[in-house]
Amino acid sequence: MNLRQAPLSAWIGMAGVALALICAVFAPWIAPYGEGEIVGDIWLPMGGDYWLGTDNLGRDLLSRMIYGARTTILVSLTATVLSFAIGMFLSFMAVVRGGGVDQALSRLNDLMMAVPTLIFALVVLAVLPQETWILILVMAVLDSTRVFRIGRAVALDVAVMDFVEAARLRGEGKLWIVFREILPNTLSTLLAEFGLRFAFAILFLSTLSFLGLGIQPPTADWGGMVKDNKEGIIFGVSASLIPGAAIALLAICINLVVDWLMKRTSSIKGGRDDA
Amino acid sequence: MPELLSVRNLRIEATAYPPGEAPRDVTLVEGVSFDLEKGRVLGLIGESGAGKSTIGLAALAYGRGGVRITGGEVLLNGADILKLGRNGVREIRGSKVCYVAQSAAAAFNPALRLGEQVIEATLQHGIMSRAEAEERAIYLFRVLGLPDPETFGRRFPHQVSGGQLQRAMTAMALCPNPELIVFDEPTTALDVTTQIDVLAAIKHAIEQTKTAALYITHDLAVVAQVSDDIMVLRQGRTVEYGSVRQIIEAPRAEYTRALVNVRKRNREQAAEQSGSLLKVENVSARYPNGLNVLHDISLHVPEGQTLAIVGESGSGKSTLARVITGLLPPSEGHITFAGQPLTPALRNRSKDELRRIQLIHQMADTAMNPRQTVREIIGRPLTFYFGLRGAAKDARIRELLDQIEMGGGFMDRYPAELSGGQKQRVAIARALAAKPELILCDEPTSALDPLVAQGILDLLVRLQEETAVSYVFITHDIDIVRAIADSVAVMHQGRVVRSGPRSKVLSPPFDDYTDLLLKSVPEMEVGWLERVLETRRMESVGH
Repeated sequence: MNLRQAPLSAWIGMAGVALALICAVFAPWIAPYGEGEIVGDIWLPMGGDYWLGTDNLGRDLLSRMIYGARTTILVSLTATVLSFAIGMFLSFMAVVRGGGVDQALSRLNDLMMAVPTLIFALVVLAVLPQETWILILVMAVLDSTRVFRIGRAVALDVAVMDFVEAARLRGEGKLWIVFREILPNTLSTLLAEFGLRFAFAILFLSTLSFLGLGIQPPTADWGGMVKDNKEGIIFGVSASLIPGAAIALLAICINLVVDWLMKRTSSIKGGRDDA
Repeated sequence: MPELLSVRNLRIEATAYPPGEAPRDVTLVEGVSFDLEKGRVLGLIGESGAGKSTIGLAALAYGRGGVRITGGEVLLNGADILKLGRNGVREIRGSKVCYVAQSAAAAFNPALRLGEQVIEATLQHGIMSRAEAEERAIYLFRVLGLPDPETFGRRFPHQVSGGQLQRAMTAMALCPNPELIVFDEPTTALDVTTQIDVLAAIKHAIEQTKTAALYITHDLAVVAQVSDDIMVLRQGRTVEYGSVRQIIEAPRAEYTRALVNVRKRNREQAAEQSGSLLKVENVSARYPNGLNVLHDISLHVPEGQTLAIVGESGSGKSTLARVITGLLPPSEGHITFAGQPLTPALRNRSKDELRRIQLIHQMADTAMNPRQTVREIIGRPLTFYFGLRGAAKDARIRELLDQIEMGGGFMDRYPAELSGGQKQRVAIARALAAKPELILCDEPTSALDPLVAQGILDLLVRLQEETAVSYVFITHDIDIVRAIADSVAVMHQGRVVRSGPRSKVLSPPFDDYTDLLLKSVPEMEVGWLERVLETRRMESVGH
């Protein structure tokens, strides 16, 4: 992977992601005020001491945005990575083992998908204790059903190719076939899916927060902030649009990076001829 | 007689988009001219990429995606069809000029009955009434020797065989009574015994309807049977243009001579049959769905020599290779390899058993992981079987690349950066890397152009002389058998109908099937088709 050859769009994407990550990691040092600190009147306009104004309780919006990056990225990214790990492992397993294993996993997956995701999540989260790692786990497991579907479909296409048969004839083990023969040939599809699913994870987290089962106040997260400040729109206050825009920008930035990675991995000439 | 079709200085271009560079125009065809009179057939012949299909489609004033006709004239009855404009062209396509595609199976709509599709264009152009068109379709089905001409049109595409489908497509092209038909490799995808029926049917139909035709193919022997004239093309330029007799019997250009001679190789058969390396005894096999595909197969592969397995598609020859490799364990019988019984199932075989038998796939494209370089592809068996690493491995890869006449410069290329012939060579090197005693070759040359295929066969023969490896060579091509085999087994419907040393198998007296197979292989000779048809009872063609 040669960074110097990256196109401008990839650089913009990487800059955006880097900014969000810096905010997330160094939030307590960057943020001018505390996460839950009430600093003034509610819904103050932008400018002055509060660059982005204040929110519905009079907290500094910029500080909450910075702290919100922390929660939002941590939860969404971890959930997405975890869902891909689970989904890809199980789907490749299903393809390589075939027969009964494939049937069992696929039907179990169908069963999970038959229940609407949101309702499933609500029921499970209402029963389990409200902790962040449980939230992440529930999101990951629910999302992994989608990854399983796609992973199985693309891996099936590759698994019937002659070169996989050649590897089996050579006597290669299952792990070699999964990681060296199948995975590299499915990576571009899965990467594209990753960019999409990450954006969905942010939205899903926001939905859960909106319904009161996601991130619990006073912890800030971008989706929750949209909800908190939504009443302001009626009075012409932009406070809810800012976290919304942040979600959109982060999703776009991630997809710019993913697009570039995808172009590299989908080139079957090792990306040598790509600009 | 005035010319029906006259092509003058045709020039066809396309725009190439090399990644990372500015798009540039490439010339696909340049300076091609020919004339075609009514009722005559011109054969266009050349390797893939020679521009023969592009020229054929230009006769319909059509260019495939991105292809532009940028110069010259295509005169149909004296009028330039390139200047007709969109609507004018639509008038002649499917009515005056028709097209028969290579793969009829892909060209028919599977959801509509054949009869409906055959007369569709005719009705669209308002050439005949529905009743007339249906009547003509039945007449054409009869001329083309299709079974039950009256009811044939009521079948769906999946209910008829590949050869019948190809003839139905010819009927579709003939139906509007066109002045010109473009045949684009109509028999390439068919078995030899089917090909001869289709060839005879096409030839008969052309004679009956007095239509002119362009016949595109890469097989000189086929084109010699149906054409009056031949144009040999290479890289979009005319190499030679003349009558069939002149091209076949007295080719002038160097390239044409190579094409004419390519099929005439004949390898000296080994004087004696050596001891058996692989012995297959009374083997039967069935697929998991219970379908029996191999019945009581017995044959043996002599040490350091080549056994060719010949048969049509569906005869079970590739399945036999799967049984030997262990992908499909036999249901009955047993296989002995180098004096030891061979473990039936792949997963129970030892590493050494796996190493000693290697397989070369038909399509090198799909047989190599597109994400691995040549170094990784050839290097993996070296590491896997012999534990070679680092410099020792690189040295051995270089040695193997030299053996397949490619050289170390190819080490870091990906398969997508290799030509078809080079890919197959790398596949051979991968098999050789395991130092096998037996290599199963599953039609390794059938997807290649004749001259490239010849190079691969020469390489295989040379490697056998150097390394004393044995081959099981699966093919449907009798010419390849003559070029490479020491002994031959003929397969038909899952049984071995004839086997033994080549000289014995390929000389009379024959059994019925071998006779049919041998007589169906087109020979590069004018009038061969007529001669064969006289001696052979044509069951499906109603002469």
